[in-house]
Amino acid sequence: MADRGTDRVKRGMAEMQKGGVIMDVVNAEQAKIAEEAGAVAVMALERVPADIRAAGGVARMADPTIVEEVMNAVSIPVMAKARIGHIVEAKVLESLGVDYIDESEVLTPADEVYHLDKSEYTVPFVCGARDLGEALRRVGEGASMLRTKGEPGTGNIVEAVRHMRLVQAELKKIAGMSKDELMTEAKNLGAPYELLLDIKDTGRLPVVNFAAGGIATPSDAALMMQLGSDGVFVGSGIFKSEHPDKYARAIVEATTHYQDYELIGRLSRGLGTAMQGLEISTLEPSERMQDRGW
Amino acid sequence: MLKIGVLALQGAVQEHVKSLQAPDVETVVVKRMDQLEALDGLVFPGGESTTMRRLVDKYGFFEPLREFAAAGKPIFGTCAGLILMAEHIVSETEGHLQVMPIEVQRNAFGRQRESFETHLSVKDVGEDIDAVFIRAPLISAVDESVEVLSEFKGEIVAARRDHLLACSFHPELTEDTRFHQYFVQMVRESKETAPSHAAVT
Repeated sequence: MADRGTDRVKRGMAEMQKGGVIMDVVNAEQAKIAEEAGAVAVMALERVPADIRAAGGVARMADPTIVEEVMNAVSIPVMAKARIGHIVEAKVLESLGVDYIDESEVLTPADEVYHLDKSEYTVPFVCGARDLGEALRRVGEGASMLRTKGEPGTGNIVEAVRHMRLVQAELKKIAGMSKDELMTEAKNLGAPYELLLDIKDTGRLPVVNFAAGGIATPSDAALMMQLGSDGVFVGSGIFKSEHPDKYARAIVEATTHYQDYELIGRLSRGLGTAMQGLEISTLEPSERMQDRGW
Repeated sequence: MLKIGVLALQGAVQEHVKSLQAPDVETVVVKRMDQLEALDGLVFPGGESTTMRRLVDKYGFFEPLREFAAAGKPIFGTCAGLILMAEHIVSETEGHLQVMPIEVQRNAFGRQRESFETHLSVKDVGEDIDAVFIRAPLISAVDESVEVLSEFKGEIVAARRDHLLACSFHPELTEDTRFHQYFVQMVRESKETAPSHAAVT
């Protein structure tokens, strides 16, 4: 009589996050700061992306102790990351009771060919995408929420902007195509044909699409909302800034009122130093997290 | 025309806008409190109640929303919206807007993996109502003035008190618009019987 893990229940969970900010945290104290600042969810991690980048080596699912510590600290939803294609990490996170799993390129991929069959799980998944083809492949595998990949841990918004603009442009293109063009477009994008039919009909993605990767300031968050994001993930941007608490609040407000420039101006005053950023062109190809997964 | 607002600080706003559609309804996405005055009814959407409360305080919505309820204008809250309306919240020191004499328990059915969808019978609204529960709260106690509209496994999941309507689940996530249209009818009746209620405050 009660059906769990249906598409509506999994996608609906992401709908409830719209207009909100999801923050990366590494312990209970940070989780509480995030909740108090108005985050709609937290992502429990062992290290934020900037530290993963600095540490190098293989990045894996967080220690379950940290995930549980965060789950016990807050009443808002808790997400956690599993490596791309790592069936067991994902099953472990599901058994811990996390509310959402991020199959994430921030961690070192476990499988270079296959992403998870996310339709197999009761818990919903969010996945990163650089363009519409990638986004729809993930939805085809059962992702209930999407986000841009950006370039995590850099504090540089340019890649997230590129990914969001590309997805929006491709959505418009499909909405304007005639039906007889869609199969060829599906072939070109490497995307399921049925999902293209759906987009032609609705003009939008079948699931919520957030911005992620490189958001460091309130203006960055507002920019991504203006480009059509349903909400934002902030990874290193908050707890790598000088005053995480003020930063967190300012980013939440800028996301809600993304077209109120006077307000964003006020929010940006005296925030202290943002996280230190990285120029994308200085990254070696092997350091580009967005190129993980396909 | 009836003007019905959807509070748009955070959460699933457009879904409500879609479900409220009727020939005599104009919907308004409400981001500033100065938009409240022109409204005949208001929806508190689903989302995260702690986030919404913070933004309610930040943008001075707290008293205006309480006044809106006190003026007898209809309000409909779903999930997080229900939590905002409740007088008491289990294991929290106080409720948020405290406009409806009910007690709610947050995340009462468990975490996301325990979220579910089902069909419910809702008094005065209909049978077999499509109901999606997402980390849903339940109504753990009601004042005698409150009418229980629906129960799931013996727990109260929808209730009404005069002009206030609330439910644990998300009718806005389905194609089934009967619950919203029931609320639209409440707004119609409220406007007909008290044409000058805007002046009450």
